[in-house]
Amino acid sequence: MTTVTNGVNVQALLDAREVLKGAPEAAQFTWRASAKWQHGVHSQIKVQSYFGLGEEQNHKEEWSFEADHPEVFAATDNGITPIEYLLVGLASCLTGGIASVAENRGIQLRSVESVVEGGHDIRGILGADSDVRNGYNDIKVTFHIDADASREDIEALVAQSQKRSAVYDALTNPTNVTVEVA
Amino acid sequence: MAASRFLGDRSIDHVVLERGEVANSWRTERWDSLRLLTPNWQSRLPGLRYEGPDPDGYMTVGEVTAFIERFAAVSRAPVRTGTTVTSVRRADDGYHVTTMHGELACRAVIIASGACNQPSVPALAGAVPASVEQLTPFDYRDPAKLPDGGVLVVGASATGVQLAAELQRSGRPVTLAVGEHVRLPRIYRGRDVLWWMDTSGVWDQRYDEVDDLTRARRLPSPQLVGTPERTTLDLNALASIGVELIGRWAAVRDGRALFSGGLRNVFSLADLKMRRLLDTFDEWARTNGRDAEVGPPERFPPTGVPTSTRLHLDLGSGEIRTIVWATGFRPDYGWLDVPVLDAKGQLRHEGGVVDSPGLYALGLPVLRRRRSTFMCGIEDDARAVIDHLARYLAVRG
Repeated sequence: MTTVTNGVNVQALLDAREVLKGAPEAAQFTWRASAKWQHGVHSQIKVQSYFGLGEEQNHKEEWSFEADHPEVFAATDNGITPIEYLLVGLASCLTGGIASVAENRGIQLRSVESVVEGGHDIRGILGADSDVRNGYNDIKVTFHIDADASREDIEALVAQSQKRSAVYDALTNPTNVTVEVA
Repeated sequence: MAASRFLGDRSIDHVVLERGEVANSWRTERWDSLRLLTPNWQSRLPGLRYEGPDPDGYMTVGEVTAFIERFAAVSRAPVRTGTTVTSVRRADDGYHVTTMHGELACRAVIIASGACNQPSVPALAGAVPASVEQLTPFDYRDPAKLPDGGVLVVGASATGVQLAAELQRSGRPVTLAVGEHVRLPRIYRGRDVLWWMDTSGVWDQRYDEVDDLTRARRLPSPQLVGTPERTTLDLNALASIGVELIGRWAAVRDGRALFSGGLRNVFSLADLKMRRLLDTFDEWARTNGRDAEVGPPERFPPTGVPTSTRLHLDLGSGEIRTIVWATGFRPDYGWLDVPVLDAKGQLRHEGGVVDSPGLYALGLPVLRRRRSTFMCGIEDDARAVIDHLARYLAVRG
């Protein structure tokens, strides 16, 4: 096989898959984000710690995110809107998946770019029409990929990345959500 | 019974235990219109092959039953019918078998009870309101037994697509929940698609050559039906007769069934895999000089994505009167008191040699080859497994 250098350590992932097959408890992760209200609809979210492989873990550093609403919503636009964070998550998850699958299949990538668009009828969140849902009506992702592969192989990469995407699954399938006051 | 044939050839004393009559599951657990997925010419068992007038046709349930009965007769298998096994456990010198009619001691046991003893129904069935009738393929016989009104068929393997088509044609509006599936045309380049699987060597791939054996063994059955018209029954065919396609059933919440929004991608995956398989066939025909005896290469339109797919159904509204669970089958090893099952309840075996000396299996998916669960796959599997068994008995003395 020719050497492919997309920069994904596929061997480590394949090894982890084998180990975790026999150790499902170590595969239980809890991801965490801590949010703090700032002013208006502006909030700041910090992410550093998570739980996995049986113990507390930390990112190398604490990451901080600003969320707000834009000026057309009469807000201060100190950050992107929360629903845009879903697009950030989906795009990054699918892109990372494409790189991993490409590495595993021996496909050299030269560039992977995408645009993610979410169609949103805001009458839902405004309570203007109770038949309109709050969330996205549909989401469309368009990839432009330059790689040493046929169009068919590239389509297969994109399909496989969706099949193994955490965020794609979280958006396309219902998830139990518990919100409580401590 | 195929195993019996090879045991008989070696004069190894044995019995075949059958809980009902010969071909019991074909008599009692199949719906009326069912036909084999494999064409008649592929119906071959050790020492018996189809010799009727329609080699390209597909056997009905009655014909399959008769074929297996004939096999029992010609192979003179020592079958004890009506003998349900209630326990198999290890004994000092082999296995101790308890049946409804007494005990047996034996040096070796071959498990040939198959992979489809029980319909596999997801836990969310328990959350369906009582006003909706629920059926498995074991309960289903024909559309007339169902109430009028909408039917939700869950699962788009061979069973799901066949029942969806039959129910839609009976005038009941069918919604089909589709997860990952295997799309195939019935006829490719003028030949049955299973001719290609058989002849091009795809079915000959051995269990130890398959990339991901766990996946291969769990693969859903292909979207095929055996009909006199030899028609393709993929999702485009179902959509054209009015079946509504929706995503995989994910949950029930507040009396509403929620479905995945990932339908597009399961279509893409199935379309891509089908195209890759057809490429393999074309490549095989080209390199083996077979292009002249088949038609020109064909490509089929991608699975049409509905303009909008519903993400939920109100199960209390009366729109859906019946749910048919075409969500696969699982084996029942409740009688097997030998610790040879994995965490998922599947038998641990290497090509039919089970992880306990003297214990063997036949008739499971990709047991030794991709053709293992088809009738034409049993002969080679049985021969290989009986070879191993005979060596085991010889060494043991």
